[in-house]
Amino acid sequence: MIGFSWMSCSTSDAEAGNISDDAFDVNAYIQIDTNGNVTIFSPNPEIGQNVKTAMPLIVAEELDVDWDRVTVEQAPLNTDKYTRQLAGGSQSIRQGWDSLRTAGATAKLMLVTAAAQKWGVSASDLTTVKGVITNTRNGETMMYGDIASDAVSVPIPSEVTLKDPSDFTLIGGHIKNVDGPEIVTGKPLFGIDFKREGMTTAMIVHPPAFGMSVKSYDDSEARSMPGVQDIFTINTSIDEPNWSDVNAFNKLVVITGDSTWQILKAKQALTIQWETVSELESSSGHHNKLAEAVNSGSGDIARMDGDPDSAAGRAATVIERTYTAPFIAHNTLEPMNFFAYVKENSAELIGPIQTPEQLRGSASQLLGMPEENIKVDMTRMGGGFGRRLYGNFGLEAAAISKKIGGPVKLLYTREDDMTQGTYRPAYAIKYKASLDENGNLLSFQAKGTGMSESPLFANRFPAGTVDHYSSEDIPVQTNISTGAWRAPRSNFTAGAEQSFIDEVAEAAGKDPIDFRLELFERAMNNPVGSNNDYDPARYAGVLELVREKSNWGADMPGVYRGVSAYYCHNSYVAQVVDLEMVNDEPRIKKVWSAVDCGIVINMEGALNQMEGGVIDGLGHALYSELTFEDGVPSAENFNNYRLIRTTEAPLEIETHFAQNQIHPTGLGEPGLPPVIAAYANALYKATGKRYYNQPFLMKEEQTETLGAL
Amino acid sequence: MPSYTLNINGEKKQVDVTDDTPLLWVLRDHLDLPGTKFGCGIAQCGACTVHVDGSAIRACSYPVAAVGDSEITTIEGLSENGDHPVQQAWLEHDVPQCGYCQAGQIMSAAALLNSNPDPSDEEINSAMNGNICRCGTYLRIKRAIKTAAKTA
Repeated sequence: MIGFSWMSCSTSDAEAGNISDDAFDVNAYIQIDTNGNVTIFSPNPEIGQNVKTAMPLIVAEELDVDWDRVTVEQAPLNTDKYTRQLAGGSQSIRQGWDSLRTAGATAKLMLVTAAAQKWGVSASDLTTVKGVITNTRNGETMMYGDIASDAVSVPIPSEVTLKDPSDFTLIGGHIKNVDGPEIVTGKPLFGIDFKREGMTTAMIVHPPAFGMSVKSYDDSEARSMPGVQDIFTINTSIDEPNWSDVNAFNKLVVITGDSTWQILKAKQALTIQWETVSELESSSGHHNKLAEAVNSGSGDIARMDGDPDSAAGRAATVIERTYTAPFIAHNTLEPMNFFAYVKENSAELIGPIQTPEQLRGSASQLLGMPEENIKVDMTRMGGGFGRRLYGNFGLEAAAISKKIGGPVKLLYTREDDMTQGTYRPAYAIKYKASLDENGNLLSFQAKGTGMSESPLFANRFPAGTVDHYSSEDIPVQTNISTGAWRAPRSNFTAGAEQSFIDEVAEAAGKDPIDFRLELFERAMNNPVGSNNDYDPARYAGVLELVREKSNWGADMPGVYRGVSAYYCHNSYVAQVVDLEMVNDEPRIKKVWSAVDCGIVINMEGALNQMEGGVIDGLGHALYSELTFEDGVPSAENFNNYRLIRTTEAPLEIETHFAQNQIHPTGLGEPGLPPVIAAYANALYKATGKRYYNQPFLMKEEQTETLGAL
Repeated sequence: MPSYTLNINGEKKQVDVTDDTPLLWVLRDHLDLPGTKFGCGIAQCGACTVHVDGSAIRACSYPVAAVGDSEITTIEGLSENGDHPVQQAWLEHDVPQCGYCQAGQIMSAAALLNSNPDPSDEEINSAMNGNICRCGTYLRIKRAIKTAAKTA
């Protein structure tokens, strides 16, 4: 059951801005003023996944308020009240659903109870619609704003009745982004826009290569330049780093100054001596390590069903293919930045962070200050994609502020941002499948490797659909900092696995959708193993939906189609890509998506997330990569790191959602992974060539095996 | 340090900066106009797009010394009440995800429609290809431009 600590009422909670002097905090999520204006606090960080609209919408649904009277505010970090305040794993909606509904329903019950007391009637005689309470016996009405001051004194109910989903009036609608009007008029919403009187600007210089550190520096020229205040080093190492403290460069040179341009010029005038402290790795070496791992390495067998080697030995057909993908950077369009003001006994940290709670914990260690003395506020973020899970820039801002004893805003240049990332690891998977003479799948084996994690999920499809199955993880170490990148691991595995399945289906002589549906049929009726991490009926459901909507199998001259389906972050997505060849170049005519994420909270936001996921997935699989030479990243800005642009985007994207009343799940990530294989499979139809190595359109040579260089 | 008097959003503004200071940092650091965004600093992403005499330029690579008497328009000055047809179309199509690139996208789109009130798909592509949207809202952007073209 849901914790009720956040239900404490108060009329003086000044943690977040009041909309009126006569506003009452009915609970931690809801404030109602005497005019009936409602403020709903959105607990989780907003990175573009639009939870700042969707989460308050859930509260408003159960509260029965007029959405036009609702103002949304970003809640402060307070995990006692709001529990999980993290943007990651597409979990905000899934894990927030019960609390948000309960917050709305509890507040409504308290308002109704207070109204019943005032009128001297039974609460069961009262109904609520759009912030108005009506006495059904005499038609008398009262606004929420009229009774909010009494409602805060009503004892918090221990049980509330939630709406039947069929009674929802807001959820499932097309609700516009609550920050839209401020975004289109350029209001200062983002961390980079935050200002404080007396604030200094700071920039960092980090080593040019992974494996290097700062040895010494000569700042004589830079120090004399106009606007430069100070030049020094910081070290952000802490004794007990948590998972969010991924950072290759703890020791940095810092320049503080009056304005950004002055600091940028001083940065160029610094002379820094670097020293090599660990191996200076290159992509050719990475390639060979990944090849060795999948070809001759052995690691943890995460799952083994039956005896796949023997099954393959007696099969009619055996197919073995290896897939690869490079490191990629997050490249949020808003570069890393953070504001910090560290005083003797307290600190304020304000900025774009997906993990405010973890940053507070790490800052507490760095500053030697109890967590309760550190305030962390979240701004709207110019993209996250996982990069802002790792708050090294927040710690750096704190260290700089402590050093200079005043408020500071740290800003990364694009070059700082791209060459000091927590990159998506480079990955490889070798698959081996076997078929009997009737085209039935006998065995399926996967060996996954990556720097420095395997991308495989042992209990996902096709586990459970085949008697003989194995999944083996062989991670390879690197000193290049890596971390979660939108749909971690799935962002590679879906493309690889679903491309491979396409090839296996072809070898079996079966339609690729039929082949998959046969496997799900097996998993529904007679699953292999008991811990399969998906619902085969829902998986098959999205495939059937995309088959129907895309008119799969229709004769479409000049159109080449590929299909794919994947389950991750608790949501199911199947996609069809339609390609045309224009002057021998593939053009993406249309992408069809079928999605099962349970109840759709905000249809407009859901469609937008799916469109963005499709374009993001295609863009990175087709164009983007980061390689290394002696530890130095191959790209540092958008002139040599290619991101998808508008001319390369699909001409059309059409998305359909499964209709059900299942507990909602997230959409920030699930739309991205499968489209990569749907594209590769369509490109095979168009060109006759299979695509194994990402980025597909940048690698002329595509190889089905991964040989050493 | 040289002094510049700039015509920005219909107002004269004076700044004391070196002549090579990019307009972007003049706007953000000195004139408290943070709507124009920093994305790359080398005119590759379009986040800093503003208008100089009605044409789109990348403020990150446009030195203040080049401005002269030109009229600069930023996202803050595109319309008085946030109701420029392009801004309205952006809201109608609920374009933004993270929203960071959108000021630059809107300024590029508005400049396109200034010079070409009824652009073809090709013309939209060529005007907008310099603006990166990391979230991938490109299709909504195109739809919004077509809507704005009808209402402008």
